[in-house]
Amino acid sequence: MTTILSDLGEFSVAAGPGDGLWLSREEAATATGWALQPEGLCRGNVCVPVPPGREAEFVADGNINLAAFWDHMDKPTAHSADGDVWALGEGANERAESLRSLQAPDFTLPDLDGKPHSLSDYKGKKGPAGHLGQLVRLSC
Amino acid sequence: MWQKLYDEVKDRDFMIIAVAMDSREDAARPWIEEAAPSYPALIDRDHRVADLYNMVNVPQAVWIDEEGHIVRPAENAGAFEAFRSLNFETMTVPEDKAATAANAKSTYVDAVRDWALSGADSVHAFDGGQARDHTAAPSAEVAGAHCHFRLGQYLLRQGRAGEGNEQLAEASRLHPTSWNIWRQAAEVNETGMAAGPEFWARVNALGDDRYYPAVDMAGMPD
Repeated sequence: MTTILSDLGEFSVAAGPGDGLWLSREEAATATGWALQPEGLCRGNVCVPVPPGREAEFVADGNINLAAFWDHMDKPTAHSADGDVWALGEGANERAESLRSLQAPDFTLPDLDGKPHSLSDYKGKKGPAGHLGQLVRLSC
Repeated sequence: MWQKLYDEVKDRDFMIIAVAMDSREDAARPWIEEAAPSYPALIDRDHRVADLYNMVNVPQAVWIDEEGHIVRPAENAGAFEAFRSLNFETMTVPEDKAATAANAKSTYVDAVRDWALSGADSVHAFDGGQARDHTAAPSAEVAGAHCHFRLGQYLLRQGRAGEGNEQLAEASRLHPTSWNIWRQAAEVNETGMAAGPEFWARVNALGDDRYYPAVDMAGMPD
């Protein structure tokens, strides 16, 4: 099995053989939110067409090479030496666009007791968020 | 300090969310338990928030309004750069530096309070254009660094220390100015602080340069 680390979480998938990261379209969609459509690989309103003439690098037998798509989308990937763990990151351009939209990106993290908290739980309230761990300490 | 502020203005639809970026098992626990804040203190082992908000060190903060809009993007949250003159044998900083640091801290907290009370009318609340102008966009290397960091953290949790540390080293190479990333790979002392010779070599390497961009806030010391 192969582990995928994406912005949606950690997923265990059955990756196919060959260079890159070949997943069934179903598993690719579950692990990343990107689904193969007639227009290309799509998530939400965004579709990335398969570059003409290079189809075999991206799609074969209903499987998708996520590594090739990530590279094509200028998003970073990193993988373990034997390829059993892949991190699929967010690209600098998307991150910059997201920040300039001034929509605070949501996140969910546990507290010390393991209870998850999301930024969106606190909609309707304003305040600072961030690396305040150190601030808490400085306030002692 | 933050708890006091929180107690003062929590009835004004105000919330603090503290995020600890220490990725070692339970490294943040003693600090959080000692401070025992009544606002959420979250553990971000993979530095997800640093990736999302393009943060580089502690303490940094982002101001987020009731609608979920960023009012002030990631910035140094009033820590000034007192650590630059910290003497680790005595754990003190020279008096004048300490006074400036205290001034920076109280200026920052006062600004947060003013915003909590006055909302968008606060002089410290950026409008959309100002907030965008103050937003630092990550480079491709920074985006790559976060990806390698995440993989490294995962591998470390799986007990694959050699490979995991290689990924953290790669993250640090790609994003050398992130002390958050570097700190996780660095030697730490008994209190969990990365304050060994390597840390001071990094501080000294700055020369007269500032580590953080200056915080654009009325009253903030230069």
